Amino acid sequence: MTPAPEPPATLPPGARDAEAHRRRRGRNIAMLVVLVALSCLFFAITVVKMTKPGIGG
Amino acid sequence: MTEAASHAIPQPGGHPASLRPASLRPASLGDVAPAATADLPISSVSDWIALLKPRVVMLVVFTGWIGMLLAPGSLHPVLAATAILCITVAAGAAGAINMWYDRDIDLVMRRTRNRPIPAGRIAPGEALGFGVVLAVASVLVMALATNLAAAAALAASIGFYVFIYTMWLKRRTAQNIVIGGAAGAFPPVIGWVAVTGGLDTLPLLLFAIVFFWTPPHFWALSLWAHADYARAGVPMLPVVAGARETRRQIFIYTIVLVAVSLAPWALGLSGPIYGATALALGIGFLACSWRVLRDAQDHTGVSQTNDAPARNAFKFSIAYLIILFAAIAADRVAG
Repeated sequence: MTPAPEPPATLPPGARDAEAHRRRRGRNIAMLVVLVALSCLFFAITVVKMTKPGIGG
Repeated sequence: MTEAASHAIPQPGGHPASLRPASLRPASLGDVAPAATADLPISSVSDWIALLKPRVVMLVVFTGWIGMLLAPGSLHPVLAATAILCITVAAGAAGAINMWYDRDIDLVMRRTRNRPIPAGRIAPGEALGFGVVLAVASVLVMALATNLAAAAALAASIGFYVFIYTMWLKRRTAQNIVIGGAAGAFPPVIGWVAVTGGLDTLPLLLFAIVFFWTPPHFWALSLWAHADYARAGVPMLPVVAGARETRRQIFIYTIVLVAVSLAPWALGLSGPIYGATALALGIGFLACSWRVLRDAQDHTGVSQTNDAPARNAFKFSIAYLIILFAAIAADRVAG
């Protein structure tokens, strides 16, 4: 009996590298967006707290 | 739960060969078709978002926002948005830690085996770190933006979900959803406390509504997903007590829920819009639960209709909570 044929690979190695690169790039961009958003958030909270009556003189 | 059943429960972190993540198994024809890159052991942004259980979080955020809206007094829009963000992130963080702890049973259950950790796209340690950092950050920012009481309530909700529900109750008792449901009931209270710094009757009633809503909502789902839970060794009510008893409990809890949902109106804490909506929705939910109870079933309680009434009740329960909370907000705005 001949052995069962190998199932097809999900992606050829080159395409896998490209996909991995794309995913890493996406994660890096997401991290940048989160860091910038957090900076803006902390700035906004500080401004609001400072302008509240009775706080900061 | 019996001793045998408890032995059958895979322990967190254990990945027996037969349960190895898809990325570590030889590819099969079945793995290829849906997404050619599904087995790539590198996470994408969507995997990290999936770790936060976004669909569950949406309902949590909505109820938290309504809690803020109903509270007397006001909060600066920036601080209010920050409080909502904190509730969102905290709920997601709790979900991520839950996925880290439950990675062994997620691998066994059909509904959850494609989640990022069991699929091998995110390492368990990374998921835990992600969840813990987000949980701590959300509590700290909540304290900074609103008040310590709201931050404490937020921390309590995360702790309840992670330690009480996920680690203690879920694998030990059929009452896991009943007691653990309290974790999902916190958000309206947190929203209220973020604005006022204290508690009152109305947020406690909102807590009670979500608390009594959770069992019929989740047990309706578990009626048709019980095979998954049985395979994973999770003692959900249909697995431990059977489908017939589960249907009975769904109906009982729905009666209690409807009574509790009318309390804000009966106590004069909400107006006629809410009262009429709660009554109409309650009748609808009772009708759904009654159909679940009277579902055609064999002598063991197995549904002859592919659990169609339970599926309907599950869908209705989601709409029920959304419309009920929207109605109480509408009442406050109109009043």
